[in-house]
Amino acid sequence: MPDTALTPYADSLGIVIHDEEGGAPVLACEFSANVEGRPGHMHGGAISGLLETAGYALLRHELSKQGRTHRLKPINITVQFLAPGKPKPSYAKARITKLGRRNANIAVEAWQDDRSRPIATAIMNILMVPEESAAEAEPEA
Amino acid sequence: MNDPRSPEQRHNFDPSRAAPMLLQHGHSGWLGLKYRAHGDDWAELELPWREDLLGEAERHVLASGPIISLMDMASGLSIWTTMGRFTAIATLDLRVDYQRPAKDRAAVIGRAECYKVTKSAAFVRGIAHDGDPDDPVAHVAGVFMSIAGDPRNA
Repeated sequence: MPDTALTPYADSLGIVIHDEEGGAPVLACEFSANVEGRPGHMHGGAISGLLETAGYALLRHELSKQGRTHRLKPINITVQFLAPGKPKPSYAKARITKLGRRNANIAVEAWQDDRSRPIATAIMNILMVPEESAAEAEPEA
Repeated sequence: MNDPRSPEQRHNFDPSRAAPMLLQHGHSGWLGLKYRAHGDDWAELELPWREDLLGEAERHVLASGPIISLMDMASGLSIWTTMGRFTAIATLDLRVDYQRPAKDRAAVIGRAECYKVTKSAAFVRGIAHDGDPDDPVAHVAGVFMSIAGDPRNA
């Protein structure tokens, strides 16, 4: 998936593309001091970062497949924290619920060793601005 | 607003003293979160701008992930400040509405207010801004649960 380069933030946090399933990247993040919240647990912000990165990675990949070049702008994200993140690797994979012309709705799940028990889920709305108009005006989100 | 806490309770958690310790380690330490200010039911932290936290390599704008971390930590501090004590809490859900990107090379300030505490839940709202609180980068709403006594966290 050469088109799914991750952000400097994701690289810096240690998020990597681990696998691909049905055309969607599966991201992974090792447990380290950089993602630790209360002792021995993953920080909710780091889990959110992993979820969000997986959402963007899938959307960029899908747009690229369709030959669309858009600048992506976050509209909002809602994260549900379902279980404590233990000191072990975490994974995340997104699903595009709606891909429109101007906006996309994406659902993301993160899990550790038991995929049927996600540690967190997120819903993201993302605005897609065509590259040619992105430089001109900041559109209303 | 009526404050049900006794005067003693109010002073059992001082975020200006607790924050440096709480923010020193782990994810918060890595992000470089810093204490800025607090009131009876709110706390404010700062997320410094840093090149390796960018959301896009070609633009000097912080990624939104660190902003969630900033607001999560500011929320926790606002809850302990409101309760007047430190207790184990877990984020149940957190919603971030992004109004605009933060400015180039700007630090982001996160201010969270705990507007309601019940026996088992705490409700928080807040904003993230890059200098002018009247022109926020994002609005945030979150619900936190008390996890003290949960055997899984013993």
